[in-house]
Amino acid sequence: MSALLQAKGLIQQYSTAKTFLGKTSTMRAVDGINLTVREGEILGIVGESGSGKSTLGRLLLGLESPFKGKILYRGHPMPEPRTAAWRKLRAEMQLIFQDPLSALDRRLTVSAQIGEPLEIHGLAAGSERAERVAELIAKVGLRQDQAGSYPHELSGGQRQRVVIARALASNPRFLVCDEPVSALDVSIQAQVVNLLRDLQDREGLTMVFISHDLKVVRNICDRVAVMYLGRIVEEASSDALFSDPRHPYTRALVSSVPKIGAGLHGRIILQGEPPNPAARPSGCAFHPRCRFADADCAATIPELERHDGRLAACRKLRHTLRPAA
Amino acid sequence: MPFVSVRDLKVAFDGVQVLHGIDLDIGRGEAVGLVGESGCGKSVTWLAALGLLPGKAKVSGSVTVDGQELIGASPRRIEAVRGAKIAMIFQDPSSALNPVHRVGRQICENLRLHRGLRGDAARAEAIRLMDIVGIPSANTRFDLYPHEFSGGQCQRVLIAMALAGAPDLLIADEPTTALDATIQAQILDLLSNLRRQTGMAMVFISHDLGAVSTVCDRAAVMYAGRIIEANDISQLFAAPRHPYTRGLFDAIPYLDAGRARLSLIPGTVPDPRHLPQGCAFAPRCARAGDLCRDYQPELKEQAGTGLTACFHPIPTGSASRQEVFA
Repeated sequence: MSALLQAKGLIQQYSTAKTFLGKTSTMRAVDGINLTVREGEILGIVGESGSGKSTLGRLLLGLESPFKGKILYRGHPMPEPRTAAWRKLRAEMQLIFQDPLSALDRRLTVSAQIGEPLEIHGLAAGSERAERVAELIAKVGLRQDQAGSYPHELSGGQRQRVVIARALASNPRFLVCDEPVSALDVSIQAQVVNLLRDLQDREGLTMVFISHDLKVVRNICDRVAVMYLGRIVEEASSDALFSDPRHPYTRALVSSVPKIGAGLHGRIILQGEPPNPAARPSGCAFHPRCRFADADCAATIPELERHDGRLAACRKLRHTLRPAA
Repeated sequence: MPFVSVRDLKVAFDGVQVLHGIDLDIGRGEAVGLVGESGCGKSVTWLAALGLLPGKAKVSGSVTVDGQELIGASPRRIEAVRGAKIAMIFQDPSSALNPVHRVGRQICENLRLHRGLRGDAARAEAIRLMDIVGIPSANTRFDLYPHEFSGGQCQRVLIAMALAGAPDLLIADEPTTALDATIQAQILDLLSNLRRQTGMAMVFISHDLGAVSTVCDRAAVMYAGRIIEANDISQLFAAPRHPYTRGLFDAIPYLDAGRARLSLIPGTVPDPRHLPQGCAFAPRCARAGDLCRDYQPELKEQAGTGLTACFHPIPTGSASRQEVFA
């Protein structure tokens, strides 16, 4: 599979508002990320809140320009936001949000919402647009008689289908799904996950799937990158990552998912708080919560490198730490 | 006699009935899970029992705590139970705390109301409680405001407040839903340790079946305002009898399973204003027959496998999921 999107040395930082003494501080949301999204795959990005996954998603879409580093889309650099070239690219890449109700315009009917991108990008007009909208409604599994409904008349899962239909209107090649099923109930979640998967199979769409729900990520993604405080700490195929996590953080994360019938026995329970990007620990950002950490970990930032054919950023993996004791 | 006993509890908002007669017993020290999708009435059950619903809600039936009737009791009588015998924690910890008061003061308020502690005694007890729930350096953090705590720590503060009245029953309404995975694990661990130490009973309301199975002894599954299945955790998860329970289990992806397609329950949860006649799940159910569409099945004891409200329960020992949702 060839690379659709490549991120090289991405860094994004924000400065906080001035305090009353006139000081500002900067906060790094994304801190040096190299990532390749291959054509036709679903790449999962997991991590806790504040780990920079949504910022990374926005950077990959070119919705904001990085402070440092660059993004190549089909080998060409991503154009600057709000330029003509950038606008043209919008039709090819779309974003699906977490909360469908706030992502939709409450005063527009379903068909008007779905038709809007066709109008904006000048893709279809008149009866052709109506046909295309009907086709999209069928594609995401809505009923044709729902075309005239308003968002408040639909259930959560149906609204998310409208958001997906609208994202698909301009025939995108690349989708970023930012927590697309987190706000949905279990039985509805399964419907939306299956729909996204069908889209990958049938249309060959490439997706980045951002989520904190590891069970869903395990189910839908081909490859997974685990983020901790703005950096990728482990990257592997979904099968390898969940059956044999290597980085101590990934191991804790995978073990923290409650398993039916397993009880609390044998789970790794991390001490301490989720990281605060405004006060980043020195060296490996995970070392204050890591049970294997030593002085070395507090001093140097580990690089994402290969250990036994797997990408992970941990100094301890070099010698002592072998998988699953 | 069970500690809490709920009988035929019904709730209606503006003439729309949302709870259709709940029967549930909770023994002393027992942990019971309530499972279901949003809108199935799992939270309303307890809000109604504790008199926390707005005035327009019509509540009928009976809820007794230690033999004392709560439905229709005077506010004063209910207040004596709420917080002291039964405490509740909610999903979103940061909005359950008052942002303009220091957290220590908020814990002390509960200690004053329920245990009559004031001044230094209250402060010392509040710090002890903060220690118990695992807030580091409680002494110095006593005077901080809620915004200075992370989400997981706010939830710990709320648990400390709930413990202030030394309750016999803790109702945890989606206590880990808003938290990150590693913090979720910490809070689940804390709750089950507290239960072991204090011997209090717990009702754990959640849509996360995995979380329920790790902390509870028994669970009840709700759908459209009714309990449709109740059983011991191990039996319920090993052999669900109600097609909805089975569908719910199958819809959850598993970490150790591969990229198999998720099996799903077709359709959506019915609108409480337009409930189908008969079993509310019948329109989504592959096993439904004519009987299901006309009559409401009652929650009945099935041979050795707990309570199920279904005319055509899944036979025990059937393992294939295709059978249910072909």
